[in-house]
Amino acid sequence: MRLERRADIPWALAVAAPVGAIVAALALAAILIALAGVDPLAAYRQLVVSAFGSRLSLTETATRATPLILTGLAAAVAFRARIWNIGGEGQFYLGALAAAFLGAHGFGLPPALHIVLMMVAGAVAGLLLLLGPLALRLRFGVDEVVTTLLLNFVVLLVVSMMIEGPMKDPMAFGWPQSVPIERDFALAKLLPRSRLHVGLLVALALALLVWFLEAKSRVGLAGRAVGLNTAAARFAGLPVARVLLATACLSGGLAGLAGAIEVMGLKGYVTTDLSPGYGYSGIVVAMLAGLHPLGVVLAAFFVACVFVGADGMSRAMAIPSFIADVIVALSLLTMLVALLLTTYRVRR
Amino acid sequence: MSETVLELSGVTKRFGPLVANDDVSLTLKRGELLALLGENGAGKTTLMNILFGHYTADAGEVRAFGRTLPPGRPRAAIEAGIGMVHQHFALAANLSVLDNVMLGTEKLTRLVSDRRGARRRLADVAGRFGLAVDPDARVGDLSVGERQRVEIVKSLYRDAKVLILDEPTAVLTTQEAERLFATLKTMAAEGLSLIFISHKLGEVMAAASRIVVLRGGRVVAERRPAETDRAELAELMVGRRVARPKRGEAMPGAVRLEARGVDVVAGGAKRLDGVSFAARSGEVLAVIGVAGNGQSALGALACGLLRPSAGTLLLGGDPVEKPSPAGFVAAGVGRVPEDRHAEGVVGDLDVAENAVLERLGERRFSRFGLVRRKAAEAFAAAIVARFDVRGAAPATRTRLLSGGNMQKLILGRNLMATPRVLVVNQPTRGLDEGAIAAVHGEILAARSRGTAVLLISEDLDEVLALADRVQAIVKGRLSPPVPADGLDAGRLGLMIAGLWEEGADAA
Repeated sequence: MRLERRADIPWALAVAAPVGAIVAALALAAILIALAGVDPLAAYRQLVVSAFGSRLSLTETATRATPLILTGLAAAVAFRARIWNIGGEGQFYLGALAAAFLGAHGFGLPPALHIVLMMVAGAVAGLLLLLGPLALRLRFGVDEVVTTLLLNFVVLLVVSMMIEGPMKDPMAFGWPQSVPIERDFALAKLLPRSRLHVGLLVALALALLVWFLEAKSRVGLAGRAVGLNTAAARFAGLPVARVLLATACLSGGLAGLAGAIEVMGLKGYVTTDLSPGYGYSGIVVAMLAGLHPLGVVLAAFFVACVFVGADGMSRAMAIPSFIADVIVALSLLTMLVALLLTTYRVRR
Repeated sequence: MSETVLELSGVTKRFGPLVANDDVSLTLKRGELLALLGENGAGKTTLMNILFGHYTADAGEVRAFGRTLPPGRPRAAIEAGIGMVHQHFALAANLSVLDNVMLGTEKLTRLVSDRRGARRRLADVAGRFGLAVDPDARVGDLSVGERQRVEIVKSLYRDAKVLILDEPTAVLTTQEAERLFATLKTMAAEGLSLIFISHKLGEVMAAASRIVVLRGGRVVAERRPAETDRAELAELMVGRRVARPKRGEAMPGAVRLEARGVDVVAGGAKRLDGVSFAARSGEVLAVIGVAGNGQSALGALACGLLRPSAGTLLLGGDPVEKPSPAGFVAAGVGRVPEDRHAEGVVGDLDVAENAVLERLGERRFSRFGLVRRKAAEAFAAAIVARFDVRGAAPATRTRLLSGGNMQKLILGRNLMATPRVLVVNQPTRGLDEGAIAAVHGEILAARSRGTAVLLISEDLDEVLALADRVQAIVKGRLSPPVPADGLDAGRLGLMIAGLWEEGADAA
């Protein structure tokens, strides 16, 4: 048996790949569910009901999808330019920290302007965090997979330090959390009696914007060229380093913004469990989406639905809610296999 | 005649809709040196890969020494005594010759390897066929010709009785190629049987004892060198008469691209050493040499990718302070890189995107930071029409084009507006006869429109056909220019070997 590279990938196959990957991941997870002594079909029915079955569950799924769209976009734009940004989690936290820092006290700006400022600060914090690894790669050839990944742990320690120290909320009964942002600086709710906030619209608009930039703009075309064949892009006279820099700014900025929005729309303050791995799940989202910015929205909703649904499923059927992490992780693995099978053809 | 050692019968292989081999039958006798002649895409390499077990045929069978080989098992082919020398050598550069030869011949479970025995056997094999190799040399330090010798020795060490060589002369100098064929003839006389794949008529006529011509996956003819000539073989190979264009009188004008004593240091090594040349309007200046003598650096220098570490590079008489690819494009330098897949195009972008990639900054192709897709498509369509790029629409993924059509696209995007300078590096490497004729025609047309052409090539015939003046490149140094009129392959061969004083005197 051997693999032959396909000359062209039919679009039907490109669409079938993530669907097949998800089905395969669910089938594999079903084995674990069965081992836990529960009928997998019933469990999955419960998962769907918990994720979509009511107004509350629908809004919860959309709320969860919001940061995932942003971290998914962050991974997708970076991966497309072959910048392996595994640091979404760290950028998320640093963005959250920046927003929380600015949001704790007003300084006379109108609230709307202050909100924009907090978002920008979050994005800038995220992008600055990615510029270091990129500079190291461009200058010394240091692998950014390693540097961005390790920075995640550094950032988490910085967050701990800040929320136990200078940014610690004195009113939190000793819990390590940051001073909450002022009520005026919180994002408006999208629907009453839900946690769904305006951040979702920001994320959707950014997905559209990223898609538009990639498909239509000069920078987008240059970015795709650099990602697909750096040598040819350099030969054609494209400013390779500048394109990579711009891409890194966009990627880190999106992840940082995800953190800022999570603080401003949902939590109001930073703790070390602000993110259940949104930065890492963003990588899964981007891969499931085939790195397509609009596909990211769909993939983010899928992953959100698994998380929200699995919570409900575990409560109703006494399965550990870790099954959500298992499903998401499995879907990354099956997606990688699916990508292999779409790029290559198996021959005897 | 002697016994048949190898027999292919009715071999058919399809790749999707493409039939790479169509009912091919072939026999090889003991002591034969068989040439498999055909253009790129004729199915030569596919056939040899089936024979060697890398591919499985859809129909037909391979018999070696009277026994049918199980399909798809290279190991069975090796055990049956078939050896293959690929175009790209399968050697570990950081190991010695002896290690490379031994690699894979001993059981992994053996704790101590029998190096002394292996060394004796290697000397024995090498001596018998006059293949001088130093068993302790590091393969990375060897020349290409020597590496090829190691590959051959490796096969013989494994008791190969049948040796298949895939385009063995593609990377050799004329002299090295002659030496190789002398060796191959010795091996045939010693009772080995050999097949070599080639699309070069000259070497096929000179070396082979029998010639099988493959076209479109079928065997179209079988000849002995004595009963045919180059013209007939060319027609059999291509399927029609192909005349390469002839160049007319040169009308040399002003110097457009000039180097004065340029050194280039890249990757810690001196790639070019005191190089001087002057490409004049309306003229083709050719730089010829064996692969790996600094052509890549010279091409990169002339395309704006490398900057001189000493000396001056002048465009239109003005020194170039900070060379850059974009600056060269803006200055009217058309550039065709050495490797079209690696540098020429982005395979996964479409034809329109590749057509405008170098000119994205121009107002006609982008405005307000957005790509003007319509303009790009119109430009691509114009290239496709004018340069006869087959199988290409503006939205076609460029990867899907054949090598020749990809090259026409690259040439076309440079030649839509007559460039002041055209730098072409190995423009017809790997192309078939039809595409070569088309590319040569375009280069000569640009020359007659007043473009200064700098042609970097390893192909003697190409240089003789196109060049007005020739410089040889050897180890990063350029010979003085010699007028092409009156040059022949023999003198060019001497220049390439670094003996350019004689070459220059003779001209």
